[in-house]
Amino acid sequence: MDSLFALIPLIIVFPFSGVVIGVFFGRRLMPHKDSIGPGLVASILAGASFVIAVLMFIALQGHPEGVEVPLATWMNITAGDRVLDIPWTFKIDTLSSVMMLVVAGVGTLIHIYAIGYMQGDIDEQIAKRGFEGDEAFDFKRRRYSKFFTFFNLFLGSMLVLVTANNYLMMFVGWELVGLCSYLLIGFWFDDPVKGVYNSESGKKAFIVNRIGDFGMLIAIMLIFWTFGTVQFDDVFARAECMQAESQEACLTVSAGEAVHEEAEGEHGEAARPYLTPVALGKIGTVTLGVVVTIITLCLLLGATGKSAQIPLFVWLPDAMAGPTPVSALIHAATMVTAGIYMITRSNVLYAMAPISGTAVAIVGAATALVAGTIAVAQFDIKRVLAYSTISQLGFMIAAVGLGGYVAGIFHLATHAFFKALLFLSAGSVIHGMEHGHHHAAHHGHGGDDPDFDPQDMRYMGGLKDKMPITTWVYIIGSLALAGIPPLAGFWSKDEILLDASLNNQLVYVLLSISAFFTAFYMGRQVFMVFFGRARTEAADHAVESKPMMTTPLIILAALSVLGGLLNLPGLHSLAHWLEHSVAHAHTAEFNISIAAISTLLGLIAIGLSWLLYGRKPVEAGQADPLRSTGPVFTFLNRKWYWDELYDTVFIKPYVWLGEFLAVTIDWKFWHDFVHDRIIGDAFRGWGAILSQPIDQGVVDGAVNGIAQLVDGSSQELRKTQTGYVRNYALAVALGVVLVLGFLAFRFLM
Amino acid sequence: MNLPTLESINLLAVLPVLIVFGWTLVLLVIDLFIPSGRKYWTAWLGILGLLGAAVALAVRFIDARGAAVTAFDGMLTVDGFSLFLQAIFILTAVIGILLALDFLPRHKIERGEYYILLLFTTGGMMIMSMAADLIVVFLALELLSIPLYILTGFARPRADSEEAAMKYFLLGAFASGFLVFGIALTYGGTGTTSLVGVFNQLAEGEPSRDLALVGMALILVGFGFKVAAVPFHMWTPDVYQGAPTPVTAFMSVGAKAGGFAALMRILIVAMPAVGEAWGMLVAILAMLTMILGNVVAIAQRNIKRMLAYSSIAHAGYILVAVSAAQRPEDAPLAVSAAIFYLLTYAFTNLGAFGVVLAVEREDGSGNLLEDFAGLGRSKPVLAAIMTLFMLSLTGMPVSAGLVGKFFVFQAAINASVGNPWILAAAIVGIVTSVISAFYYIRIILIMYMQEGEPQVVLKPALTVALALTALATLILGIIPAPVFQLAKDALLTLVG
Amino acid sequence: MLVQQYLPIAILVLFAIIMALIVVFTSVIFGPHRPTKKKLAPYESGMTPIGPAVRRLPVRFYLVAVLFILFDVEIIFLLPYAVVIRQLGLYGLIATGVFVVILTVGLLYEWKKGGLDWE
Repeated sequence: MDSLFALIPLIIVFPFSGVVIGVFFGRRLMPHKDSIGPGLVASILAGASFVIAVLMFIALQGHPEGVEVPLATWMNITAGDRVLDIPWTFKIDTLSSVMMLVVAGVGTLIHIYAIGYMQGDIDEQIAKRGFEGDEAFDFKRRRYSKFFTFFNLFLGSMLVLVTANNYLMMFVGWELVGLCSYLLIGFWFDDPVKGVYNSESGKKAFIVNRIGDFGMLIAIMLIFWTFGTVQFDDVFARAECMQAESQEACLTVSAGEAVHEEAEGEHGEAARPYLTPVALGKIGTVTLGVVVTIITLCLLLGATGKSAQIPLFVWLPDAMAGPTPVSALIHAATMVTAGIYMITRSNVLYAMAPISGTAVAIVGAATALVAGTIAVAQFDIKRVLAYSTISQLGFMIAAVGLGGYVAGIFHLATHAFFKALLFLSAGSVIHGMEHGHHHAAHHGHGGDDPDFDPQDMRYMGGLKDKMPITTWVYIIGSLALAGIPPLAGFWSKDEILLDASLNNQLVYVLLSISAFFTAFYMGRQVFMVFFGRARTEAADHAVESKPMMTTPLIILAALSVLGGLLNLPGLHSLAHWLEHSVAHAHTAEFNISIAAISTLLGLIAIGLSWLLYGRKPVEAGQADPLRSTGPVFTFLNRKWYWDELYDTVFIKPYVWLGEFLAVTIDWKFWHDFVHDRIIGDAFRGWGAILSQPIDQGVVDGAVNGIAQLVDGSSQELRKTQTGYVRNYALAVALGVVLVLGFLAFRFLM
Repeated sequence: MNLPTLESINLLAVLPVLIVFGWTLVLLVIDLFIPSGRKYWTAWLGILGLLGAAVALAVRFIDARGAAVTAFDGMLTVDGFSLFLQAIFILTAVIGILLALDFLPRHKIERGEYYILLLFTTGGMMIMSMAADLIVVFLALELLSIPLYILTGFARPRADSEEAAMKYFLLGAFASGFLVFGIALTYGGTGTTSLVGVFNQLAEGEPSRDLALVGMALILVGFGFKVAAVPFHMWTPDVYQGAPTPVTAFMSVGAKAGGFAALMRILIVAMPAVGEAWGMLVAILAMLTMILGNVVAIAQRNIKRMLAYSSIAHAGYILVAVSAAQRPEDAPLAVSAAIFYLLTYAFTNLGAFGVVLAVEREDGSGNLLEDFAGLGRSKPVLAAIMTLFMLSLTGMPVSAGLVGKFFVFQAAINASVGNPWILAAAIVGIVTSVISAFYYIRIILIMYMQEGEPQVVLKPALTVALALTALATLILGIIPAPVFQLAKDALLTLVG
Repeated sequence: MLVQQYLPIAILVLFAIIMALIVVFTSVIFGPHRPTKKKLAPYESGMTPIGPAVRRLPVRFYLVAVLFILFDVEIIFLLPYAVVIRQLGLYGLIATGVFVVILTVGLLYEWKKGGLDWE
């Protein structure tokens, strides 16, 4: 079994080798326009990663406590009295194994899906630009291989993140996935119509994430100064040690020899544990409780960035500008769950900081509710899913904040299945719509609406007959998301609600309301998109996607149905699995009333949506029934004016401050007033005094005089250089006379 | 009769110069059988011989461990000073050959004699640095000068080259006459030509002193001509301009160093008794030289002429160091400063002439300052190297020139206690350094600020020479300490 | 002491210079000076000049002359050596040998370069 663990570096080598292949041979893998070489290679490598993940899972059966596989020393620096020793070591335990399986598994399916999807997407772009012949082929070849290069890079980076054994290495992965996200959101930065928006979206994602990264970095530095290490196991061991002993005594403790006194810490001396003084470098000394609270809050800031929580969630809806497989893989299934993974990983620290835990839970629940309500009033099929993702991430964050790590990870996994499914199906819908649009345009029946948007649900309707497979898998995904038993979403969401009901009633109430909205907006979407009559020619001519795309959908649909098996009540297989690596994992027993309430809420919401959208389908040109709520709908449709709020609170003041500093302070005050008026005028005044009588008279005269003297004498002296040997000889003779004369007068006489 | 013995001849001690002369004689014969157009064989063989001499020199240096010995019955002194200078001569000769390798065929004057004459004059310089007898000094001077006269006219049938050779020869002979007269007077005053003898006689006192003093003055005139000190400098610009550029480069460094080698040995070793007199004279000459060299250089439009005046000016700086050596207790520091300055000047000036070579055209034009316009754009590396050399000649950091000047002025100020002449010379030196910045920096400005299309021919040998000199200039500027330590250990000694 | 001995000579030299100057400048100052073209022309035995005063000579003559001097000097060195050859012994032999070798190299060079061919 042990030998299997040695294979772990391959999980990263495969995707990164895909990057190398893509960079150097990507174009050559595509001999003709319809070949799928780059996609195939990338998918195979992703699949290989998944195989490794499975092997790790098998190997872990025998060693559930996990192992660490060192690969290389990254850095070894002595900082003050601490040694910063950061190896690149793979951490394989039950938690990272789950993440590996989800990331590599869902990643592989989406890779396969993208093989077909990107062919169509790039053809669409080529049509938009009017490329033909070689130009079109070259463009396609370039972009197709580029996409899969980025995709593989993302997969590798994400696996770096989840397999890291220390905070800094995790941060490397964290930044790398952020980079990939940026690259892929702006993949169509040169789109003739939406290029600027796409690149702006990528920029927004990157910049907003910087704020979160700032929190992460602060947290990592504090961790290092507090615990003298950034390796997960050692940090946690020392953190627990410090509850009982002094910082000094604990700095040498490492995992395995940890002093397990947490029970005492929690119940024994109630006040003592978190009062251990902690020296933070030269900054000063604070108590352990305070520093851990600060660390965990900073980590939370990082998580709100990457996992799109209040207040940093605004980038995720715009991130939908990327191609749909990107939305599915990065912005729904994997990258955005990094925050949840990170908090789960740091569960020991959160257990020591109850305030932070509550903050995490509140942030998550609030995000879940806010995003859930916004989703209700969106028209773009992907935007609805984006807000839904934010909302579901809020569920997970709330769960881990309350200590329900198992529930959080459980939901993370099931959500990865059905949200990936929904996004990919949405992609399939968009594909079909575009196809229908072209068909309609070609045959000249009114398909030339300039405002046509293949993603706008108002242009859809009645797709269930045209795209049967997509429709069915979409409905399965929606029901799973809505939490209808016995689909995957029901079990995981129920567990979160259960944890919430036991720990924090406020969070429970917020999440329940969110669950209601979840079911409602999914119902609204399904009815608007698939039922009723086609509202446009495009929708009327939509066609089902190719098997290359639908096969992953069916697999994901199956996973969405069966995902609940991971952690069925009573079995708690996931809980038992995770308890090896998550010290503070706990599960509550199944509570029928909670389950019943949530199911009931879901069904009511679906029923309501049927009343509004299903019973009497929205016709073309007809306003959304929710419009009748007037300002409420507008408020939700404009996303609670969140962007406007940021614009008013941050951007405008920032721009104003920048202009104030530049124009008023720097230019008007500093340049005009201080420089010109005070310094300049004073200088000129003095200059006038100095220049007229003193400078021109004395100094200038002297300087010019010297310059003229030098130059003049130079000109005069060169005249002595006549070129005649006789004159030169005369000069020598003259020199002799001078020398002898000097000597005679000075020394001989 | 007291016949010399193997021991008193001490061939091993003078092995480097024997290698140079012996090999050159062999090479003279070999060259006869090298077909024209293949004369670079002679060049490489010459470099080989020089390397052999360098090895012998290194062995000698390690072997001697600072001890000084005599050879040829006291006619030659092999001490640290002479070893250091011989190293400079060999280096200069190697670079001089490298500079000429591409130049000669390009100007259609490729003749093997060039390298042979160069080696002969190098040998003369090496003997000069060791000469312990006035007769040997004169012999060495002629051995040094005559090949140089011929080399100056090497670009035959170019008229300006022949004219330069003629001028150099006539004036050189004229100056040699003064030197011989000086030697004769010294002999008349002291009854000996051996430096040891002169030292002893002068130390004894009055009767012989006055004649020797006049003799000293005339010797000073003779060497003042060789090192191009004002007012014996008039030949310099014409000859430097007319001579083929590699010869100019070689001459501006080698001949000058050779002249200083003998001058320092005679004045400092043999005549400390009249140190006050020659110290003052040399200080005055130094001031005149620095002022005239630097001031007139400003008016030059031809780069070779400008560098000629610049070399006059640099002779002035070295004369400051010589004058600072007038008291025996100050001499070691001043001498080491002077020879270190010679070393830095050798690298920098050879390099600068190398760049001039690269820009020069086949017909001998391309030597005007304007011809450097645009070099910064078309050949950035070459321009950067030229900038380095110009900065070094000015004495700016980070270059060898600064370090050299620093040591010279340090020695001068060190020795100026109670001697206002040296102090005055040092001050004039510092002021004229500032003036010199004007014409050196002008080159840099022309290279970078003016538009132009310089025609640059950069062949491998020249590239190697430039790289060598630039690197040495830079390294001596950044870490001068080890080499300066060598210079400090290179003591001028009186043995006999 | 020595310088004092030279004093009479110095006075003599000074006197000679002064005398020469007096002679030259007296005639310049007091003599009549009425130049005509004829008077300024080069004097060539009363005839009109038939060519430039400076003639060109073949350089070969100089070459031969220089070579002659070279080997003449060799003989001058060798003759006295022959007189004292026994006293100088091996040292003298080697030294003279070196001298002759150097000259021989020169001769070889001369020969190969064609310096000995008249045409």
